[in-house]
Amino acid sequence: MAGTRNPGMPLDLAWVHDVRENLSALERRAQSIPGRRSVKKEWQAAWLLRAITCMDLTALNGDDTPGRIHRLCAKARQPVRQDMLDALGVGDLQLHTGAVCVYHAYIEAARRALADTTIPVCAVSTGFPHGLSPLRQRIDEIKASVAAGAQEIDIVITRAHALTGDWRALYDEVAAFREACGEAHLKTILATGELATMRNVGRASLVCMMAGADFIKTSTGKEGVNAIIPVGLAMVRAIRAYRERTGVDIGFKPAGGIRWAKDALVWLAMMKDELGDPWMRAPLFRFGASSLLGDIERQLEHHITGRYSADFRHPMA
Amino acid sequence: MPNIREIFETMEYGPAPESAAPVLRWLDERDRRFGLYIDGAWRAPVSGEFFPTINPANGQTLAQIAQADAGDVDLAVAAARAAYPAWSALSGHTRARYLYAIARHLQKKSRHFAVLETLDNGKPIRESRDIDIPLVARHFYHHAGWAALMAERLPDQAALGVIGQVIPWNFPLLMLAWKIAPALAMGNTVVLKPAESTSLTALAFAELCAEVGLPPGVLNVITGDGRTGALLTKHPGVDKIAFTGSTEVGRIIREATAGSGKKLSLELGGKSPFIVFDDADLDSVVEGVVDAIWFNQGQVCCAGSRILAHEGLAPRLIAKLKARMETLRQGDPLDKCVDLGAIIDPVQLAKIHELVERGRGEGAAVWQPTWSCPTGGSFYPPTLLTDVEPAATVAQVEIFGPVVVLLTFRTPAEAVALANNTRYGLAASVWTENINLALEIAPKLKAGTVWVNSTNLFDAAAGFGGYRESGYGREGGLEGLWEYTRPRWQAERLAARPDLPQKTSLSQDPPAPAAPAAGPACPPAIDRTPKMYIGGKQARPDAPYVIEVRSASGRRIGEVGHGTRKDLRNAVEAARASSWPRANGHLRAQILYYVAENLSARAGEFAARLHALTERGLDEGAREVEAALERLFYYAAWADKYDGQVHNVPSRNLTVALPEPLGVIGVLCPVEAPLLGFISCVAPALAMGSCVIAAPSERWPLCATDLYQVFDTSDLPAGAVNIVTGRARELAATLAAHDDVDACWSFVADDHQLSQLVERLSTGNMKRTWVDHGLGRDWFDPKQGQGEEFLRESTQVKNIWVPYGE
Repeated sequence: MAGTRNPGMPLDLAWVHDVRENLSALERRAQSIPGRRSVKKEWQAAWLLRAITCMDLTALNGDDTPGRIHRLCAKARQPVRQDMLDALGVGDLQLHTGAVCVYHAYIEAARRALADTTIPVCAVSTGFPHGLSPLRQRIDEIKASVAAGAQEIDIVITRAHALTGDWRALYDEVAAFREACGEAHLKTILATGELATMRNVGRASLVCMMAGADFIKTSTGKEGVNAIIPVGLAMVRAIRAYRERTGVDIGFKPAGGIRWAKDALVWLAMMKDELGDPWMRAPLFRFGASSLLGDIERQLEHHITGRYSADFRHPMA
Repeated sequence: MPNIREIFETMEYGPAPESAAPVLRWLDERDRRFGLYIDGAWRAPVSGEFFPTINPANGQTLAQIAQADAGDVDLAVAAARAAYPAWSALSGHTRARYLYAIARHLQKKSRHFAVLETLDNGKPIRESRDIDIPLVARHFYHHAGWAALMAERLPDQAALGVIGQVIPWNFPLLMLAWKIAPALAMGNTVVLKPAESTSLTALAFAELCAEVGLPPGVLNVITGDGRTGALLTKHPGVDKIAFTGSTEVGRIIREATAGSGKKLSLELGGKSPFIVFDDADLDSVVEGVVDAIWFNQGQVCCAGSRILAHEGLAPRLIAKLKARMETLRQGDPLDKCVDLGAIIDPVQLAKIHELVERGRGEGAAVWQPTWSCPTGGSFYPPTLLTDVEPAATVAQVEIFGPVVVLLTFRTPAEAVALANNTRYGLAASVWTENINLALEIAPKLKAGTVWVNSTNLFDAAAGFGGYRESGYGREGGLEGLWEYTRPRWQAERLAARPDLPQKTSLSQDPPAPAAPAAGPACPPAIDRTPKMYIGGKQARPDAPYVIEVRSASGRRIGEVGHGTRKDLRNAVEAARASSWPRANGHLRAQILYYVAENLSARAGEFAARLHALTERGLDEGAREVEAALERLFYYAAWADKYDGQVHNVPSRNLTVALPEPLGVIGVLCPVEAPLLGFISCVAPALAMGSCVIAAPSERWPLCATDLYQVFDTSDLPAGAVNIVTGRARELAATLAAHDDVDACWSFVADDHQLSQLVERLSTGNMKRTWVDHGLGRDWFDPKQGQGEEFLRESTQVKNIWVPYGE
């Protein structure tokens, strides 16, 4: 994670109300990125490897068990077959994912499975995915997760605060979450698919950063619409605005629905062009994904052999 | 080449080339040498002369292109002429099938056309692949539909005949599509001349037309430089010229075709404003600038090349723009990861360089990104000029390169004033999150297309074309079809009169006066002195001379003032100051009805006056007054009913086509129906909100001068109608040349040279002209003397694109 953390700032409502997002223009820009930015051959392989290092490998299912989490962690430690890494000339990089992301119940299991690595454990929290349990419980949940060893906490915001324009309430809530996190890093999930407008996305992004978020994150993966590029644009532009005003770098995590290697390249290109190279690395950029890795492995093997690959050739999580 | 490990650290972009191999093979199979496509066959040029076409990204010769000369042009026009009767007689459905087949084939071969276009033109493959070629196919699909609907939607229109089309190098295939699709849909045949530096996709298109079985001669493609274009535009066998290119060449074409009877549409240069208000989504504005001026290296006639930014936000916008410019990528146009390709040729490159240096010399701050511009081809980096004032050369002239200037404004009114402070009027872009502001500003901009919170959006269903010196005529949409048709009665009359249009005058002088008839017995009648009517007031001529008015048999009826340049100058100023364009349709209708009411009250007097002039009998006079009343009612009816359209474009926005008043129209009125002709010209212009400088017929102006008392009593605002009597040619020369007149009409059928004069002198400000070329009209026949043709000529269509969504 970033060296210096976001200290936050007092809620600046004038700035929040000044946020403007033109949906049609955002969509046009979003639509042109894949056409403008194409990454091929060695570059594509290198970018996909980088994407893996930015991945919060995720299991957030009702039927998860300790055994399933062990598999997930094993995959996080060795996301790509060693023979492939050797063939790509990066066998000694000790490539691993950015983090693993689980529910509170499996922090302990994950922590043990990753004990001898630097891979952080990330826990979703605060009544994920809807965030509608009592505030006290949500704060206690964060504290419990941090106590259990989570180094990153992905909270969900109360959508109602954004939908009703109660930015003070949102600010106070996130600030309380940040305090509960202590040393753990705070990612705020906006659940953009439920915020209705781009303007709400832009404003909620800004309020979360003001309240001390280290990362802003698009989705829980449980909303009808998850990470899409126009929303991503609105959020990274909010990060840019916050940086211009405060000098503080905030991370970004698109999550949900990112399944294909090709999509990962588009997200990376957007980060590079909109925010710059530091936002193509794990301290400031994460994908929240579960099935993306499988497609990246297939594409990497295709790069090595020239033959299209199959999923069963790669160890599952 | 860096290895994966190194790239993993640097996270650079790498090369992502689109292969040119299939297209180079295609060129090789044709021995890299192309003839002319005439009458469905490939022919060597008569001259035997060829010239190279160059890839601007690396200077290499791609192929040899034929230089067509007069003999080739003759052959091509003859082939198109021969093909015309059968092609125009096909059912709309049959023509639709051909256009549909063309669209399908284009889609099937889209990558071939995209790569060929990029090789020949230097534009990034992203643009040819994602923008140009899809729009080309869309244009043919859309116009296949118009072919099928022509009989139903344009029942009183007929094809023109042979169309000569001359297109530019910036969007070679797209401009071809904009020209050919509507022409063929409406039943015309075509001789097309592509720009000499980018002929290849037009030649590939000709091949495609042969494949789909388009009948020989329907489309002919002749290549060559400006000489070939000049031969085509002057060719007597061509019925219409459609040109896209520089205002300079457009002006030459207007002069060359003046008086020839050829219909003309011109899509010319621009210096389009890009207006940024302080409540815009600034990050989206920055991307808008990228799409406005760094699209096609800024070689776009409607490029948003003049940023007008609110003074308070300009520093932030400039900082954001500079940051964005650093992330633009320029290089091999075939690379799928570049934003800017190459400039078309070294001449254009030198011109851009020279203009930027001139800007620097005039005090502009020139900013270019820190990355180094590619070499080895014609490349120019994206460039931002700040500290630019309206008086600077770079703020006024079209640079046609990736160079944008930034000026500031204080208020919305000043933004509009700066935006309109140009001779051009092709397009404009308005950025604000406030719909009230956007919809207030858009109608005030003198531009054929206004994009709200967007820029450079195009579609076949929406018209595109200019105001002012950006040309006239529209391409796309229903409004584009009028450019390729004429009223059926005109087509029939022309077919019956092959001598027309006449280029010589029948008589230069008014008929010689007959011997004066015996004067009336005393006492003499009270002398009536008709004056000019300027700015709602009766005005004596600037130079007090008179012209005698005599009846058909030569009897002296009276005198009118001999109007001169200065009277017209005053009249134009009065028209400019008039409140009439701000009157709403309902009010305009009421006033026209009121004019009719007051004319009706004096019907007997006007009938007598007509009889005295024409000596056709009092009954005839009464009939003409009655027809004039009916015509006034007709246009009063239209005043609040000539609606615009909402075009059905594929993207999520309202695209509204507004017929706007043309402005100030000078009219030389017909003689054959002294009252009805005058009313028939003036009423439609008034109904549409334009102001008129009317020159009544030279021979019988008295009916018109009698009318000003009618206008005075009908609440018509000052300056809406101005009447200047005098010699038609003198008045025509001044009106046609006046740079603050928006259109000049001439219906003086017995002086054909007037048509030529008006068209030739219109080039100063490229005003629209509507002249009769000696064809004449039966003003009593509703098909000829009234109708939507008059309304179209009184208006200009502005397309306003309003994307929406929150």
